[in-house]
Amino acid sequence: MSDSASIMPEHPPVTDWVNDFDHTDPTWTENPFPIWETLRAASPVVHTERFLGCYMPTTYQAVKEISYDTDHFSSRRVIVRDVRPEITARAPPITSDPPEHKPAKQLLLPPFTPDAMKKLEPRVRAICNELIDEFIADGKCDAAARYTKHVPVRAIAHMLGIPEKDGDLFIKWIHGILELGIKDDNALMGAVREMTGYFIGHIEHRRNNPTDDLISTLMKARDKDGQPLADEHILGSLRLLLIAGIDTTWSAIGSSLWHLAKTPADRERLVKEPELMPLAVEELLRAYSPVTMAREVMKETTISGCPVKPGNMVLLSFPAANRDPAMFPDADKVVIDRKENRHAAFGLGIHRCVGSNLARMEMTVAIEEWLKRIPDFKLDPAGRVTWSEGTVRGPRQLPVLFGKTT
Amino acid sequence: MSRHVRDKVARDNVRHNRGNVAMAGKLKIHVDQDKCQGHARCKSLAPELFDLDEFGNAHEVGDGSVPAGLEEKAYLAQSNCPEIAIEVTEE
Repeated sequence: MSDSASIMPEHPPVTDWVNDFDHTDPTWTENPFPIWETLRAASPVVHTERFLGCYMPTTYQAVKEISYDTDHFSSRRVIVRDVRPEITARAPPITSDPPEHKPAKQLLLPPFTPDAMKKLEPRVRAICNELIDEFIADGKCDAAARYTKHVPVRAIAHMLGIPEKDGDLFIKWIHGILELGIKDDNALMGAVREMTGYFIGHIEHRRNNPTDDLISTLMKARDKDGQPLADEHILGSLRLLLIAGIDTTWSAIGSSLWHLAKTPADRERLVKEPELMPLAVEELLRAYSPVTMAREVMKETTISGCPVKPGNMVLLSFPAANRDPAMFPDADKVVIDRKENRHAAFGLGIHRCVGSNLARMEMTVAIEEWLKRIPDFKLDPAGRVTWSEGTVRGPRQLPVLFGKTT
Repeated sequence: MSRHVRDKVARDNVRHNRGNVAMAGKLKIHVDQDKCQGHARCKSLAPELFDLDEFGNAHEVGDGSVPAGLEEKAYLAQSNCPEIAIEVTEE
């Protein structure tokens, strides 16, 4: 089959995590937390020969040093993969370095402020309830397939001004890029091509029929010289919004519901004390941060005393940083009302997630509406929870039963 | 209050320089514009003390004086800023 020609050989199982780590290994996918503890105990920065050479900072401090050092660490590649082909499909500003980064990011910030999110919130609440209506009478559901996946898909479609029903296409492309694409270049390029074609159609349509959605906002934007953005820039940013805005939040909502399904004390407390939601959301973001980013080493330097050499990638694990006991007391415990919480789930420094306010709003609303309608639920002992592989971690199957007794 | 809890409170007070919470109205906050990246944690925790610009980046309300009764919120915002961009000083 022609498709399989681009698939890299299967990765051999890991036996030495400290010197040969692999974030696509099934053990990591299932439960990465003890692995990170092992790596952190070994060194603030570990290295693997896999992925053509890759470092991983294991402490909050090391993650922070790399995040702030855009001089030695480039964002031009933001996914650690088996291959490093020429860079073709950029997605500014996430793949931009200074000085191009700031103007590209400034364009995207105003539509994502907390005030802008407040306007979107009623639609998201309605989306959540429409979804719950579809399965609540069944007494059970796969919360990942029926609920957590669709909230961000429909919310971002609504913002972009494209049909919410096209959500299944987005999910297919994202799977091709973020999961299959780590090991299969054809899957990645195919998904990027289809996505680009889809958005070109929507851009063309808006040339004669301007709208007030996010696609039109990007089309109306002008750079510092008063020029409109190149189509490639607009397409890159749209790719970014879709890729970065969907399975990340899907994962965050899913991990939150997974935690609440298996932790009745926290669930009951949130039902009784809804005012705790803002603290709870931050703590769930810390404990189950979905997003691991990447950098490429451009120049030799040291991070937390460890030498780091060009030619290598960096697996920039915000999730591991957020479990560092040197930064967070009881780092491995979910403290649902944790008050001091400088977690890095949305990154640190100039690449702070542009959609962080959207993600927080979606998480808050999705958990609130679920708890209002389904205050009692638990993991279905007859089902199996499965987790996504690679760069974004969250439950992809989350079978739960509703009600106190079943 | 147990000895353990008392020690913890004392430690927190030292750490956050809030031994004199009783001296209301004497705190001042400032957001370092070079450090703020728009996480908006301060605005969420202490909306009375922080405002956001059109890009979502934060700045202190007015001259940064913390009205009486909001001292705890000022320290809470400070201790949740991922970029360590918030300064709280006693006048």
